[in-house]
Amino acid sequence: MDTLACIKRVPDTGAKITLTDDDQHIDASNLGFTISPHEECAVEAAIQQAEAHEGTATVLSLGPPDAEEQLRTGLAMTADEAVLLETEGEEWRPRETATAIADAVRDDADANLGFDLLLFGDESADAGNHQVGVRVAEALDVPFVGGVSHLDVEDGTVVAKRDVTGGMEVYELDLPAAVGVKEGVNEPRYASMRAKMQARKQSIQRSDPPSSEFAGGIEKLRLEAPDTGEGDAEVLGEGVEAVQAVADLLENELEVT
Amino acid sequence: MSSNDLPPETKTVIIGGGIVGNSLAYHLTRMGRDDIVVVDKGPLPDPGGSTGHASNFLMPVEHSKEMTHLTQRSIEQYEDMDTFTNSGGIEVARTAERVEELKRRVQSAKAWGEPAELLTPSEVEEMVPYVNTDLVKVGFYSPGAGTCDPLRAGEVMRARADEYADGGLTVSPNTEVLDLHVENGAIQAVETDRGTVSADEVVIAAGLWSPKIAEMAGVDIPLTPAVHQMVSVGPISFFEDYDGEISFPVVRDMDTQMYERQHGNDLEVGSYQHRPILWDVEDVPSIEEAPLSPTQPPLTDDAFEQSMQDALEIVPDLLDDPEAGIRHEIDGLLSQTPDGGPLLGPLQDVDGLWSCAAIWIKEAPAIGEAVAQWMTRGWSDIDLHGADVNRFYEYGTSRSFVKDRASEGFQKIYDIVHPAEQYQSAREIRTSPFYERQQDLDARFFEAAGWERPQWYESNSDLLERYEDELEDFRRPNEWDARWWSPIILAEHLHTRDHVSMIGDMGFSIFDFRGSDVVDYLERMAVGRVDVDVGKTVYTPILAANGGFVSDLTIARLGPEHYRVVTGGAAGGSDRAWFEGHIPDDADVTLIDRSESLCTLGVWGPNARDLVDSVAEEDMSHETFEPYTAQSVTIGEIDAWAMRLSYIGEQGWEIYAPMGQGQRLWDVLWEAGQDHDVRPAGMGVYGTTGRLEKGYRLFGHELELEYDPAEAGLTFHGVKDADFIGKEAYAEAIDRENTATLCTLSVDDHAPDGGERRFMLGNEPVLDDDGNVLVDDDGRRSYVTSAGTGPTVGKHLLMAYLPQSYAEEGRSLQVEYMGQQYPVTVEVVGSRPLFDPENERIRS
Repeated sequence: MDTLACIKRVPDTGAKITLTDDDQHIDASNLGFTISPHEECAVEAAIQQAEAHEGTATVLSLGPPDAEEQLRTGLAMTADEAVLLETEGEEWRPRETATAIADAVRDDADANLGFDLLLFGDESADAGNHQVGVRVAEALDVPFVGGVSHLDVEDGTVVAKRDVTGGMEVYELDLPAAVGVKEGVNEPRYASMRAKMQARKQSIQRSDPPSSEFAGGIEKLRLEAPDTGEGDAEVLGEGVEAVQAVADLLENELEVT
Repeated sequence: MSSNDLPPETKTVIIGGGIVGNSLAYHLTRMGRDDIVVVDKGPLPDPGGSTGHASNFLMPVEHSKEMTHLTQRSIEQYEDMDTFTNSGGIEVARTAERVEELKRRVQSAKAWGEPAELLTPSEVEEMVPYVNTDLVKVGFYSPGAGTCDPLRAGEVMRARADEYADGGLTVSPNTEVLDLHVENGAIQAVETDRGTVSADEVVIAAGLWSPKIAEMAGVDIPLTPAVHQMVSVGPISFFEDYDGEISFPVVRDMDTQMYERQHGNDLEVGSYQHRPILWDVEDVPSIEEAPLSPTQPPLTDDAFEQSMQDALEIVPDLLDDPEAGIRHEIDGLLSQTPDGGPLLGPLQDVDGLWSCAAIWIKEAPAIGEAVAQWMTRGWSDIDLHGADVNRFYEYGTSRSFVKDRASEGFQKIYDIVHPAEQYQSAREIRTSPFYERQQDLDARFFEAAGWERPQWYESNSDLLERYEDELEDFRRPNEWDARWWSPIILAEHLHTRDHVSMIGDMGFSIFDFRGSDVVDYLERMAVGRVDVDVGKTVYTPILAANGGFVSDLTIARLGPEHYRVVTGGAAGGSDRAWFEGHIPDDADVTLIDRSESLCTLGVWGPNARDLVDSVAEEDMSHETFEPYTAQSVTIGEIDAWAMRLSYIGEQGWEIYAPMGQGQRLWDVLWEAGQDHDVRPAGMGVYGTTGRLEKGYRLFGHELELEYDPAEAGLTFHGVKDADFIGKEAYAEAIDRENTATLCTLSVDDHAPDGGERRFMLGNEPVLDDDGNVLVDDDGRRSYVTSAGTGPTVGKHLLMAYLPQSYAEEGRSLQVEYMGQQYPVTVEVVGSRPLFDPENERIRS
């Protein structure tokens, strides 16, 4: 079974977000870039399923030339192949992104679908549109479930579960299928040093998707940085004396039982 | 220890709450200070600087005595705070050249008093079973090495400081310094986002942010943030059977410039082999903007590629553990200075402002202690002169200089660095007016404090033939011994002793002092009596209060209220700071720095008088221009000033002229010199061969804070009536019997086992007949302070302080060099010159 994980190069979000002067982008010069956390799980799932079912795992990204860095991270996690749909750095809308990915996936297998299981992160860490996965599935005419927190594949069937308040929804999808996974569906591996080194030497399949004109009726005016009010810190105590205060807080105010 | 509430005034503000700031606070309070404020823009215990991401291992053995002693002392302190784990450390050699270097490491270990031994590959494997010893030729084992927890140590130090200060310590994290207030050349206050604190004394201990803070006071701390790449790989199942942070020696894979060290279940792999990646301090993000910490930006992948390959070679079993992955990877930012050393001491342009920056974890506790001693009593137990922040004063503080030297220096961190190795970048910063002429004569230039100084002249290579017989035994067949050296130096020496040579410019620092209080002031500074007749010169030690050496230099009296001080160029910045710092506020004394306005040309040798007399307007005879005096002279068209003295023990003068007229001075003497067989001679003669034959001491080698003038044999001034700094200790030193005495030794046999003749270069341990290093009653070990060939006396000469019972002329001893022991003989005890002991030549 061959799998595909679609990933996006996004600014690392572990610190204060600063915007570029025109408020159009996140200034990532101090942040560095990473793979969206949900998508990191998608890569892990793609690798696990490919390993379990004797297929190959491919990572794909649509993005600027630098997105190579995230693809190599995927390869270092031991994905077999990497595909970069190279853009010129401009922002792509979910619909255009999905179209380009769907075209690439079709192209890849002489108009047949080259993959049995397509994996997406439930949402990207920066835009958070929740759209690309379902749009790709739609374009390729395969079933899709998003928000997935448990994933299994048995006998040509995907069993995808998602948490809902008070319980769990369980879906069965026939392959080929597409799934949007959430952080927690698995524990993404750390790349080994050898794999990381080999990944740096692996070739990446590149193509230039035709850039499509914006046609969505949405215009981005500007970004606003989230409020980073530090909040008030209260020292509950030091050493052993703090234990009771912490326990009280957890039990009474935060209702942790 | 209150936090955040800044008092309006305090005695001392320490800017920086990393290991250095904490150490300073602890030691200052221990020494009695009880009014201190520590501020840091970050939170505690990890404010986000280099302390928070260091790999925290301490390998004590270095080729620098001071650095080794500082690390040893730091280990004691970490141990005392229960924050040290003694894991040992092993440096492995993959190449033959490194094997030699590790032998030299053992030699340094012996000299500085740290246990160490070489290991065979199988012994390495026994200690560190995961090292691929197929690649290892030899291991260097340092059993005293280990790891520390600097964040915990910082907490302990703050707590102790709080106790000592008894309410007088304020620690204020999350407090950003916005400005330093300076008035009339003195620090007044530190302005922060939580208020302004007036202070008498401010220490910048802000790591890689130090230049930015210094700039607020209009001064320079020359360092740049530089990347040291590090990754952490785990969990490694092999380590699961071992408790604690570290159970195996830290491994340094020297030839790949990397280290591998256990940290719990992880292996930390660090590299200094990648290309230099320097940051501008302005680009270092704030704490809020940085995902990990300001000093832990993301790893630059491509720069780390070769490092991964090398690490996989040396520890394949651990790194190929199928469960293990790279859990943490950073471009760790640390402080890189132009010469790799720390930047310590008072910043001379702002009274009360100190630098305590560019310090590794392994030295921080001891440097905090030493700088605290310096601040509270004027000198430190471990001599810090080599780390004086003022050593770059007025030539080496530009961004471009710091960047060039830091790039070059970064590659030397694990490299094999020859003791005479010269920097290649940022050269030709200070050139004398003789420079072009010297280039024409094919000079090989060495650099000191930015000055280009000829070490020898290839144009003198014909002398090799003339002196073939004398040189035969002193050619150096070994490449290491002969690196940064030429036999031409010896030929220039012989020529100088036979005829006459021109030597210069020496790159001296020259300070004129004027004013009605200048006599009293200089009397207080110098051991020698300076209230001498106008025209006399005085060679004198300059001491700290403990009687240790701050400098040695020449003072000439130019007029009733006018003196000229001439000191070595390399120590010029620190000397200037010392002199400037000791001018009393109410004294009428002005220091005028003439270093950049006067050039110096030495004309020395038996024909010196004939030569100079032929072009001087004045009578240069022995009777009218006596030894150790100074006069104005006119050489050709040039109005110059000359001192009749010689560091190489010959007849002749140091001639000083305005820089603008220097080239003409050179030309006049050169032209006239053709009738006297004049040759140019380099600093190899001036600084080493000529000097050693005369037994002259060199600051930073023989003269330092740990030895007193009696031990150095420099008590010929006696104890003058006037008060001077260090007088009490100096008088005591004269009265008591020496614990050690500086001696001149010669090498008896350069190839005791047959084979290649080897020549020591300095810093080798001195051993007794049984091969034990000599140690004096104060615990000081004997080592070679200077080494060089004396071609006229026909011996390879070494200077060393020997314990009193060994300081006996004719006594046989041994010196260890590159793993081999060589027989040596004590030639002279004390300062009597080996060549021309009665100084007849200088007086001729």
